[in-house]
Amino acid sequence: MSLLEISQLKKTFVDPEGFYHEVINVKQFSLDDRTQVALQGESGSGKTTFLHLIAGILRPDAGSITIAGKAMSGLSEPQRDRLRATTIGYIFQTFNLLQGYTCLENVLLGMSFGPGIDKAFAETLLKRVGLDDRMKHYPRQLSIGQQQRVAVARALANKPQLVLADEPTGNLDHKNARKSVTLVREACRENGAALLLVSHDRETLSQFEKVREFEHLNQVSQEEANL
Amino acid sequence: MTAWLIVFKSLRQHALSTVITAFSVALAGGLLMSVWSIQEQSEATFTGANAGFDAVLGARGSKLQLVLNAIFNLESSPGNLAWSDFLDIQKNPDVELAVPIAVGDNYRGYRLVGTTPDFFEKTEYAPSSKFALLPSGNWFDPARREAVVGNFVARKMNLKPGDTFHPFHGLIFDEKKQHSETYVVVGVLKPSNTPADRVIWIPLEGIQKMSGHDPKAANDVSAVLVKLKAGSALAGFQMDLMYNRQGNRLTFAWPIGTVMAELFDKIGWFDQVLALVSYLVAIVATASILAGIYNSMNERRREIAILRMLGARRATIFACILLEAASISALGMLIGFTIYGVIFVVVAGIIRAQTGVVLDPSKFNVVMLWAPASLITLGALAGIIPAVKAYRTDVAQNLAPIS
Repeated sequence: MSLLEISQLKKTFVDPEGFYHEVINVKQFSLDDRTQVALQGESGSGKTTFLHLIAGILRPDAGSITIAGKAMSGLSEPQRDRLRATTIGYIFQTFNLLQGYTCLENVLLGMSFGPGIDKAFAETLLKRVGLDDRMKHYPRQLSIGQQQRVAVARALANKPQLVLADEPTGNLDHKNARKSVTLVREACRENGAALLLVSHDRETLSQFEKVREFEHLNQVSQEEANL
Repeated sequence: MTAWLIVFKSLRQHALSTVITAFSVALAGGLLMSVWSIQEQSEATFTGANAGFDAVLGARGSKLQLVLNAIFNLESSPGNLAWSDFLDIQKNPDVELAVPIAVGDNYRGYRLVGTTPDFFEKTEYAPSSKFALLPSGNWFDPARREAVVGNFVARKMNLKPGDTFHPFHGLIFDEKKQHSETYVVVGVLKPSNTPADRVIWIPLEGIQKMSGHDPKAANDVSAVLVKLKAGSALAGFQMDLMYNRQGNRLTFAWPIGTVMAELFDKIGWFDQVLALVSYLVAIVATASILAGIYNSMNERRREIAILRMLGARRATIFACILLEAASISALGMLIGFTIYGVIFVVVAGIIRAQTGVVLDPSKFNVVMLWAPASLITLGALAGIIPAVKAYRTDVAQNLAPIS
């Protein structure tokens, strides 16, 4: 069985005028343990919604998502929260670091709702991403690249089986983007986590052996997908 | 631990609002505790303070005025009674001790009370506590113009053995009304924490025969302090009947505690007003916690969404907001104890200066438990509305990138 299995997944949103728009229609998708896949898609194609559905913060209208053998549809919200806290790491385009918390505290929070606080491991992760001298710094005291590295460390803090990365290089220049993707991939590999990265940036995607077109995967009409 | 970290960080991020809100809780808690504590302690102290006597015999008039004048050295005397009245009650077989006092003069606002040496030698102002002098002092000689100064007056007026002073006529200081007599301080009382500390004690005759006083009243006294023999409660009833019901010339104020309790009954409305003000401040403080946290919810939506994305449950977020509201109250109550201390010390200082009665701010009162508990609970309740808002935060919507 794959780590992530998706079948007949559908998600529809209602616009302010009351019209329904199908955003996600994925017949089949799977991701094996410890594998790394990039999904290529344009902005507004539903990539983020797709990741939110996998992470369990959005509920699909139809279909199933199974992560590590657990069917999301059969889980209550607290159980989905628990699954996310223990199984999934998430890297955002804008990093979403908590500004009032130090780098170390951000990473500690990443593990606190799941396996529990392990300060030594948090420090190890920050050292791994090259921030051993920035642990007590606040995000505003770091460069964009450094903030991104904290986000990577936080995503791995709960020892996830699956890391979801949503346009993780969207805010970085080319040089830093390349370095960052390398770091994310290496860190996931070292920690035994599978990686599903979505991006529209060809430079980023070129670093992956397995790249899938999201528009082929997501079979909503082009008109709907671009809404 | 995570919840505490989240709460601590939030309090720090909203430090100004936290401090202002906590201060309003502190004000409410401090007021509530001090009003309650001062009221209960002063009532207990005033109704329990009888200077070692059971009753006061005085001129016909208000029992309360008589007790305030004779025991607490406040108020004016309702009038004089004849020396023979003193002798009569002194001879009563149920009376263990009768001490005459005379008032009518002051030294720069501090009352002069004339009495006999029995007051110092035979009175126990509290169980097993007799008046004592500071080293190098003596009791006054009733035949001489000598004075024993209460400890509070001695400190305020810097009087010590060997010093001399001229009394002033009346109970209110008027520089133009100086008597010609010169009194010598022969002793200073050790602190007794009773009204005796703020009095200058001179021989009874000193007041009776002070220049300018009515010579017809030269043998009168202002009141007689009466201690009944142990187990003679019935005698108190009998004297009450004799002086107050059958007679119409004198007033027998007995028991002293009951008379003072009437005073607190009369001014009870004032305590209620103060308590009401405290409750209102508590309501305002609670509302300010609600408003402070609620208004910050918009800017915190993203943070909540991130925490939820990291695996925090809705219930965890809800609990964190309640904990934050309760923490603001708890912080406020910590400051509240300081405010309580300040208010208590200031009020106790005024009461001591006016009456000589000492109140103790460190004395435990049950309000110190229920006021913090109530305000912390109210604070937590105030957190419910913002907590519900936090609980409902839409994660996906609030994680959208900010350009």
